[in-house]
Amino acid sequence: MVPISYYLILSALLFSIGTVGVLIRRNPLQMFMSVELMWNAVNLSFVAFARQYLNMAGHVFVFLVITVAAAEVAIGLAIIVLVFRNREHADVDELNVMKG
Amino acid sequence: MQDAIGILLLPALGSLIAAVFGRSLGRKATSYVTVGAMALAFVWAVSVFLRMLSLPPAQRSFDPVYWQWIKAGSLSLHFGLLIDPLSAIFLLIVTGIGFLIHLYSIGYMHDDANFQRFFSYLNLFAFAMLVLVTADNFLFLLVGWGAVGLASYLLIGFWHTRPSAVSAARKALVLNVAGDVGIMLAIFILVMTLGRVSYSGVFSHISSLTSLQVELIAFLLYLGAAAKSAQFPLHVWLPDAMEGPTPVSALIHAATMVTAGVYLIARAYPIFHAAPVAAEWVAGIGAFTALFAATIALVQNDIKRVIAYSTVSQLGYMFLAVGISAYAAGIFHLTMHAFFKALLFLGAGSVIHALSGEQDMRKMGGLKKFLPITYWTFLIGTAANAGVPFFSGFFSKDAILGEALATGHFWLWLVGVVAAFFSALYIFRLFFLVFHGTYRGDGHPHESPPVMTVPLVVLAIGALLGGYLAVPGAWNLFDQWLAPVYSRYPGGLLPAAATAPNWGAIALTSVLVLAAVWVAWNLFGRQVREELPEGLRPIHKVLYNKYYIDEIGHAVFVWTVDRLAVLADLFDRVVVDGIVMGIAALVKGWGEALAPFQSGYLRRYGLAVLIGGVFVVAYLTLV
Amino acid sequence: MLSSVVFWLAAAVAIVGAGGVLLARNPVHSALSLVVNLAALGVLFLLLHAEFLAVVEILVYAGAVMVLFLFVVTLLMAGTKTPKEEHRFRLAYQFLLAGLFGFILLVLVAHVMLGADWISSLAGPNVGSFGSIAAFGTALFTQYLLPFELTAVVLLVAVIGVIVLGREHGANR
Repeated sequence: MVPISYYLILSALLFSIGTVGVLIRRNPLQMFMSVELMWNAVNLSFVAFARQYLNMAGHVFVFLVITVAAAEVAIGLAIIVLVFRNREHADVDELNVMKG
Repeated sequence: MQDAIGILLLPALGSLIAAVFGRSLGRKATSYVTVGAMALAFVWAVSVFLRMLSLPPAQRSFDPVYWQWIKAGSLSLHFGLLIDPLSAIFLLIVTGIGFLIHLYSIGYMHDDANFQRFFSYLNLFAFAMLVLVTADNFLFLLVGWGAVGLASYLLIGFWHTRPSAVSAARKALVLNVAGDVGIMLAIFILVMTLGRVSYSGVFSHISSLTSLQVELIAFLLYLGAAAKSAQFPLHVWLPDAMEGPTPVSALIHAATMVTAGVYLIARAYPIFHAAPVAAEWVAGIGAFTALFAATIALVQNDIKRVIAYSTVSQLGYMFLAVGISAYAAGIFHLTMHAFFKALLFLGAGSVIHALSGEQDMRKMGGLKKFLPITYWTFLIGTAANAGVPFFSGFFSKDAILGEALATGHFWLWLVGVVAAFFSALYIFRLFFLVFHGTYRGDGHPHESPPVMTVPLVVLAIGALLGGYLAVPGAWNLFDQWLAPVYSRYPGGLLPAAATAPNWGAIALTSVLVLAAVWVAWNLFGRQVREELPEGLRPIHKVLYNKYYIDEIGHAVFVWTVDRLAVLADLFDRVVVDGIVMGIAALVKGWGEALAPFQSGYLRRYGLAVLIGGVFVVAYLTLV
Repeated sequence: MLSSVVFWLAAAVAIVGAGGVLLARNPVHSALSLVVNLAALGVLFLLLHAEFLAVVEILVYAGAVMVLFLFVVTLLMAGTKTPKEEHRFRLAYQFLLAGLFGFILLVLVAHVMLGADWISSLAGPNVGSFGSIAAFGTALFTQYLLPFELTAVVLLVAVIGVIVLGREHGANR
């Protein structure tokens, strides 16, 4: 049987890939997908720990995360559509009005 | 004597009423209130005096405390009155002569638009002066000290539309405040070393101070006294103060406020006894001032300026007296001076009033027949000021000179005698120029109303008879009266031998004074000499320009201030601006260094979060 | 053993899917890669006895959420070109640093996991009713009822937010 630590390392790997994705993609949608990747990496670790301790709290937590992620996607995508609808390029680097 | 506070409160109340309700009360009611307050205060002071007189001498001292402000260990800051023979004399002078001058002012200020304001100030001054002379500690002495300076400032600048009056007021205030700082510093030292400011507390602990500390305190007190009492070289404000109305000159700049310095030294005599260097200094500068001011008075043409320099000169005598520990003689002269100098000023005021504001003696002359009452009273004042035998100034001045000689101050005595000669000369010059000869002006002189002449007569009686309080060789009521004050602490009383009359010296000064009168009569009485002998012109010029003290002071201070300004400017630009600009540059530099982090690029912020997060994880897992 | 083989296969598919999200030039490809990744995660959830979550993962995430993504991708891509070339390497160090620190993060977590001794001591093969839908439902509707109700509020807020954001700036029309 596969040790829990493998699941956790897989989770860490997916999380890191998600992180790098957020940081190197310029398309806001792809950044957002990378964020989803990170959410799910965390979900995997929750489920793995729940299995390890035989505790349903982890499952409930993942359920809540999925709900919040769904809400976040709905709002986040709405914002992205608003921001980039009238732009030529879907590129977050064009958004630097906060430059100091 | 708990009720003595009433003497102070009456003029305070009068001032307040005149200030707040003056407009609605009108001139007449305001003058009733303020003059009435002074009259009542005088009656009250007399009652205090009589009650003290009925007690045995040793019990004539009261120290009621009305309000405790701060008490910390031995330091007690409180408002209390010290009613003893010394302050009783001042209570009588301030309220008595003050009342007469208030009365006189009704006539003198009759046509002034700011009649009520004038009386409010005058009452305020009386209140402040009473606080000064009755306070039982140095702190409230300083309160009164500052307040009389303020009242003096307000009254000198009373005609505030005249630029010369405003500048004179400012000059007086600046020099007076310089003196206040001296007293303040002296109080600081007293608090630091003794932790006490009350007279009794300080005087009974003098011995615990080092002689250097005492000298320092004495010199600082003297600085205040010299500024207030116009001692050389701080005398320059007093002649300019004549810009104020003449009753003000009489009350503040002759009879009362300018004598506060003498009062301070006479009151703080244990300190000056323990500080012989400072005391000698007081006496030396006093004698010098007496001669110095008398010579200037010789050549001035403004009637009030001559009397002003005369005041400076007489104050010099008083300082000479208190400097050589002849306190009773100094106070005696102070009292006599209050009478005859107030009389002279009020007489001069009467003359000026008669000539509709003319102050130049070259345009007077022959006024004897127009102003008979003023003439006779002025003559008495002149004789008293000159020290003509058997007038008050004769007794008091000779008491001082005799005691100077007896205590071994030969040179001071000599200076005093020469100054006495000049005193007689300048005052009789003034007298003859104003009242004798022929009228050189073009006005229509008229005698003043009774409200002005009555005070003249009363003061003249004082100037005529006051001296008989202390007749050399016979009795000295003044010394007797003050003895309880000056026997309390060591150093107050001169040995009996020193107060004995020196008939030779008295005869010498008398002869000199009479000679001066004769010289004055020949030079200015019979006919006025228009032309000055060639050889005297340079001297005349120097004297007329008051030894150029104002110019020297101006040059020295302006030069110094200019240099200081250059330094301050440099300091401001290099240090202050350096700090301010440096901080600004630092902040700006940091801002510029940090601004690139605020790139506005979302991904760069995300990267920063990641890097920070990795460090946190590393810390949590590895450490 | 079968479960090991399934794990390794699913893990490999998940990693490939994640790599696709990361590297695909075209957002549509990224989205499809993410669906693959999520499906693999669903398999891993089953291996961990999270039956209900496996279904939810595939239905809600790989299904509903990703469809939404694809809608938006097509909506935006229709009107926009690909990013300008001159922007491409403007933040070159971003690639470097992101990769470096992402790797360090991975190494740190792996280091902890491999060095931990508590992992083998707890998990047993005999799990009883753990992970069944009944057990999940019991936990959700008894002990965690309040958080469950709160998710309803979160969704409501999201719905209202989207409506507000999606208006055609209607107020002044």
